[in-house]
Amino acid sequence: MIRWIIIAVLAIGVTGTAFWGYQEHQEKNAVLIQAENTYQRSFHELSYHVDLLHDKIGSALAMNSGQSLSPQMVDIWRLTSEALSNVGQLPLGLLPFNKTEEFLSNIGDFTYKTAVRNLDDEPLSEEETNSFEELYQQSGDIKDELRQVQHVVLDNNLRWMDVQLALANGEEQVDNTIVDGFQTVEKTVEGYSESNVDSPIVGTSSQDHAYKGINGEKISEEQAREKGKEILDVKDAEKLHVTKSGDGADIPTYSISYKDNKKSAYMDLTEQGGHPITVLVKRQIKDKQISLNEGMEKAKDYLAKYQFKDMELFLSSQYDNIGVYSFLYNQGGVRVYSDALEIKVALDTGDILGLTARDYLMNHTEREIPEPTISEDEAKEAVNQKVEIQESFLAVIDNDLGEEVLTYEFLGIMGNETYRIFINAMDGREEKVEKLDGAEANYAANS
Amino acid sequence: MKYKKFLFFIMIPILCVTLQATHPESPVHAFSSQVIQQGAVGDDVIELQARLQYLGFYNGKIDGVFGWGTYWALRNFQYEFGMEIDGLAGQSTKDKLAQASNYDEQYVKEQLNQGNKFTHYGGTDNKNQTNQGGGEGDQSEDAPATGNTSVNVPQGYSQNDIQLLANAVYGEARGEPYVGQVAVAAVILNRVESPTFPNNASGVIFEPRAFTAVADGQIWLTPNETAKEAVLDAINGWDPTGNALYYFNPDTATSSWIWTRPQIKQIGKHIFCK
Repeated sequence: MIRWIIIAVLAIGVTGTAFWGYQEHQEKNAVLIQAENTYQRSFHELSYHVDLLHDKIGSALAMNSGQSLSPQMVDIWRLTSEALSNVGQLPLGLLPFNKTEEFLSNIGDFTYKTAVRNLDDEPLSEEETNSFEELYQQSGDIKDELRQVQHVVLDNNLRWMDVQLALANGEEQVDNTIVDGFQTVEKTVEGYSESNVDSPIVGTSSQDHAYKGINGEKISEEQAREKGKEILDVKDAEKLHVTKSGDGADIPTYSISYKDNKKSAYMDLTEQGGHPITVLVKRQIKDKQISLNEGMEKAKDYLAKYQFKDMELFLSSQYDNIGVYSFLYNQGGVRVYSDALEIKVALDTGDILGLTARDYLMNHTEREIPEPTISEDEAKEAVNQKVEIQESFLAVIDNDLGEEVLTYEFLGIMGNETYRIFINAMDGREEKVEKLDGAEANYAANS
Repeated sequence: MKYKKFLFFIMIPILCVTLQATHPESPVHAFSSQVIQQGAVGDDVIELQARLQYLGFYNGKIDGVFGWGTYWALRNFQYEFGMEIDGLAGQSTKDKLAQASNYDEQYVKEQLNQGNKFTHYGGTDNKNQTNQGGGEGDQSEDAPATGNTSVNVPQGYSQNDIQLLANAVYGEARGEPYVGQVAVAAVILNRVESPTFPNNASGVIFEPRAFTAVADGQIWLTPNETAKEAVLDAINGWDPTGNALYYFNPDTATSSWIWTRPQIKQIGKHIFCK
C-alpha cells in the first residue's frame, strides 16, 4: 500500500518538475526570441538606411539649386543619425566597428554644415563636390557589403544571439558570417579614411587641436612631486604616487595620487610647464559653515594663487555642502567662453576640492578681438521682440561650425523662462539661443 | 488653534502698519548673515523668495533654489528700491527686504513640508494661497531638513539622468578609488560627445556589450552617494582620463582588440585608452 502511495507521489513529482521545466524553457525561449528580434530589426534597418543614404547622396549630386539641395542635405543628415543609432543597438560592443561609425558621422557633419549655409549665395565648392562624389562611391561600397551580409543572414537563418555568444566567449576564431561581414565593412572603410584626411569632409572640431595655453619648461618627476605636494596639501611628498601618461594621451602629463584614511586626492600636471589640468580631492564633508558667496571668494583666491588671471565668475551652484563655480576668461571686457574652468569648494572649511582647467589650457591664448561692427542696439534688434533683455555682455563663443566669433550676449526673459542669446557682433547673425534652467523639482523629496 | 490662526491674520496688517510707520529697530529674525548669491540653496533662499513674492516681484515657486527667476526678481527689487543692481542679496538688500516685507515662516515651512502648491503674496489671506495637492497629507519624513522642494542640477541634465549614470558607475567601478569612478563617468560622457557612439547617456550605457555591468545586471544595484558625487563631478567637467573612450581591466579583458588602442593611463584597476 505504502509503496503505491510513494510511487504515486513520485510520479506526480516527476510530472510536476517536467511541466515546470518545460514552462521555464518556453519562457526563456520567448525572452531570447524577443532579444533576437530587436537585434534583427536594428540590423535590417541599418542596411536599409545605408542603402537609402547612398541613393539620397546620389540624387543630391544631380541637384543644382540650393532650394532643393538644402532639404536633401538635411534628409541625409537625418539618415546618418538613424543609421548610427541602429549600429548602437547591435551587440558589436567589442567588435571594432568605429571606423564605419566615424564615416557615417562625418557624412552627417558635412551635410549638416552644408544644409545650414545658404547654398544660393555660397554654392558647393569644387573640392566639396569632389569629396561628395567620393562619399557617394564609398557609401555605395558599404551598402553593397551590408546588403551581402544581410542576404547571407536571411538565407541561412543566422542569429544575432550567436554573434553575441561568440563575442562574449572571446572565440574570435569561430567562423561567424555576421562578424566576418562586419569586419569586411570596417576594413573597407579603413581604406578610405586615409584618402579622406585632406578633404573637407573630415570636420575639425574645436576640441581637436593642440593645447594652446601651455608654455614653459619641461618639469621633472621630482618637480612634479613637489608641485603635487603643494597643490594637494600633503605633508610628505614621499607618500605621493607619481606616474607618467602613456602614448595615447593628448599631451604628456604626470598623474599624482595620494590616499590616507581621511582623504584621497588625485591630480594631473602637464609635463611642459607643470600646469594643473585636473585636481580632485575626496573627503567627508561636514556641516556647511560658509556660504556659497564666501566659497566663491576662496575659489578666486585659489585662481589668483595659481596665476589664472582675469577670470570672472560665470556660474555658481550649491550641491549639498559643495559649491561648484565656473569661471570664464575676460579679455578687456569680452568674456571668452572656450577659456573656461571649474572649481569645487567644500563649504565646511572652504578648502578647494577640485579644479578642471582642460578647456582653459586647451584654448587659452591672447586673442585678437576685433571691434564690433554693429552697435549693441542694432544687435538687440536681431533678438526676438518677445524676449525682454535684462543684461548684456560682449562674448567670444564657438559657433555651430566650431569657429570662434565675437558676439553680443543677451540675457533675457520670455514668460517665466530665461534665455541666453548670442548675436554675432559683425553681421548680426543669431548664433545661438539657449534656454537656461538648472533647478529641478526634487522628486525624492516630493514622493 | 483656530483662535491662534485668527490672531495671526489680525496681526499681519497691524504689523505691516507698525513696520511702515515706525521704521523698526532691526527685524527680529531675518536671514542669516550670509550673502546669498545665485545657485545657493536652503532656508535663506526660501525666505528670500517668500519675501520677494510678498512684495510681488517673484511669481515663481518658492522652492529654496536661487535660480534665474529669483535672480531677476531680486534685481527688479533692487532697481525699484534704488539700490545697486547686482543680483546679490547682501546686508543692505536683506535689511531693505526685511523692512518692506513680511515672512510667515511657519506657514511657508508647513506648506513646503506638505508638498502643497502655495503662494506667499502680501495682502492676501493665507488660506486662499494654498492649493492642497501633491503631498496628500503624507508628511513625508524623508523630505530634506531644509524644506527645499527643488535641487540644483547641471544645465541639460535631470536628477534621473544623474541617477542612471550613477547606477552605471556603481555597477562598473564601485571597488575603484573615487577618481576611478569619476573617470568611468567621464568615459561615458566622452562617448556621448564622440561621433562614433550614441549621442545620449542612456544610448551609450545600454549599447549592447559595451559595459559588463549592464550585461550581467549589476547596473541595477542601488548606487551610493559617492557614485552620485562622481557623476556630478564628471558632468561638471572633471575628466581625469584625458578624453578616454575605452577602459578595460587588464586582468579580465577578453578582447585582444582592446589592447591595440593607444593607452592614456591607468587609474585603479582600469587602463584608459582612446
